[in-house]
Amino acid sequence: MTDTAIATADNAILAGARTGSAVAFEGVVKDYGQTRVLHGLDLTIQPGEFVSLLGPSGCGKTTALRVLAGLERANGGTVRIGGADVSAVPTNRRDLGMVFQAYSLFPHLDVTANTAFGLRMRKVAKREAAERVRDALALVGLEGYGDRYPHQLSGGQQQRVALARALVTEPRVLLLDEPLSALDAKVRVALRDEIRRIQLRLGITTVFVTHDQEEALAVSDRIAVMNAGRIDQIGTPEELYLRPATAHVAEFVGLSSVLSCTVSGGVAEVLGIRLPTVGERADGPAEAFVRPENVRLGGPIAAVVLESTFLGSVRRTVLRTEGGQLLRMQHSVSERVEFGERVTLGLEPAPVAVRSREG
Amino acid sequence: MNARGFAPHPAVRWAIGLVVIVLFAIPIVSMAEYTLRDATTGGHSLVHWFDLFDPAKAGTYRPIWTGLGNSLVLAVVTVAIVLLLLAPTMVLVELRFPKLKRPFEFLALLPISIPAIVLVVGLAPIYLVIGRTIGTGIWPLAFAYGVTVLPFAYRAIQAAIDATELRTLAEAARSLGAGWPAVLLQVFAPNLRTGLLAASLISVAVVLGEFTIASLLNRQNLQTALVVVGKQDPYASVILSLLALAFAFVLLVVIGRIGGGTPRARRTGRTARTAPAPTRPPKDQP
Repeated sequence: MTDTAIATADNAILAGARTGSAVAFEGVVKDYGQTRVLHGLDLTIQPGEFVSLLGPSGCGKTTALRVLAGLERANGGTVRIGGADVSAVPTNRRDLGMVFQAYSLFPHLDVTANTAFGLRMRKVAKREAAERVRDALALVGLEGYGDRYPHQLSGGQQQRVALARALVTEPRVLLLDEPLSALDAKVRVALRDEIRRIQLRLGITTVFVTHDQEEALAVSDRIAVMNAGRIDQIGTPEELYLRPATAHVAEFVGLSSVLSCTVSGGVAEVLGIRLPTVGERADGPAEAFVRPENVRLGGPIAAVVLESTFLGSVRRTVLRTEGGQLLRMQHSVSERVEFGERVTLGLEPAPVAVRSREG
Repeated sequence: MNARGFAPHPAVRWAIGLVVIVLFAIPIVSMAEYTLRDATTGGHSLVHWFDLFDPAKAGTYRPIWTGLGNSLVLAVVTVAIVLLLLAPTMVLVELRFPKLKRPFEFLALLPISIPAIVLVVGLAPIYLVIGRTIGTGIWPLAFAYGVTVLPFAYRAIQAAIDATELRTLAEAARSLGAGWPAVLLQVFAPNLRTGLLAASLISVAVVLGEFTIASLLNRQNLQTALVVVGKQDPYASVILSLLALAFAFVLLVVIGRIGGGTPRARRTGRTARTAPAPTRPPKDQP
């Protein structure tokens, strides 16, 4: 799709687009039988914001999205869209657009009819519906695919149609439930960037569920990292990466080396080097999460090279210290190290996340 | 060893096919030949076929037309039970009560293992009550037929449900503003079309061929009428049996044809599946 075509399609949609609505979870509780999957979830999303719910399988992120969509009923708490309590409002009256992980196009309808489905439910006049469907398909780069059936499209194309179908009704909130996870890597990146481009152009409030931290970091205004039914931390991608509030966030967002340390008065002593900790931590033995870019060649730590990988713009090297701890270092490709080579290392004085260690 | 290793030689396949065709054809051809026998000339003619429409013999054949009418009423009511009661229940079980799927399947398949005569023993007192409350008309017999067609209709519909991601499609439709009636009629029905049509046509075939329950509950349908008329005019009952067989054959051909896909896909010669599960294409493109 050319830039001109993109701009034309976007402008057509923008002409009728509304500003996104605010979303709020207030103490939302959800149980499945005896198991509590959401423990009083609190989250506020501003109008037009792109927020990702990030976490491992079973952390409750999809459940939270389904509660927001009305596909699951919460056992407690309130869900608000645009300030109004929608907890008891059925899904079809919440004015949402949703793209699912599974391909969810209606197999008996062609692309045009699939895209027009939401407009038909809203009894939009045929001529207006046809125009909006055409604009929506242009927006996702699928002009000329209107008479194809879902089984004639690739996975990426099907998810584009699903996106057009979700956007054509100009919903108050767009919900994305791992829409990229069934696609191959190249398509995933392309569609991910396109979703973000469209979201920025339309200004639609978007909630994106993913377990892929790279995906979340790349597209989100803010990310809520979830763990066992609770939000560990919510913040911008930079905040999460540079100042993780918990060890789980540090472990889940970005790459870290987990090193033994001793915490005392807000300072962690890691391999003999004193580093500030993120937040208040109890004194005593702990584990520190050190980012690979905060490890540099030259310094007081003696180590031996186990593995060095060329990644194009940088090189990533795994080393073992004399104490037997494993350390990852990211460094310039011009700094070549060989397998078995003995080197010395230093640590940048960046704050580190720490986790208390039993015993 | 690949599957091809087990495939019989084409000549063997033809021989098996021929034996099967002969096995089925001999009784049918014999029936047809029997209806063409002309006792007055000793040769063959269509006289018995024309007799069916002879006004002078209308009284003899009247039970057949009454029975045929009754059977058609029963077929319509039975199909209504399948489409309006069984199919929505199966969808409900699939979406809301998946734990009930196995017990429901067991119940649905149970009638196939119970002989009709045993069913009647249980049904007789029930129909005594039905007769007193809503009359002894023919249509309440469809309740019993709804039970007898249950295994066949269940399998046909369940196969279509298994091939369709009902939950995802329902959630997608709901998120787009569809209420439950729209989900059922505009999303589920078209995607389960093959299964629903197959279930309906199989039900019609079963109802048109049913004798035991109607006979033992003293109701007149096509089969009981054929027996009554057959005692006076054996040719007429054989002719109508042949026509019933032909009708069932046409129904089966129709079932086979409707599995071909969406009308538009058929028009353009594409081999669309009617209810493909959310499809995984051969190659991903952005």
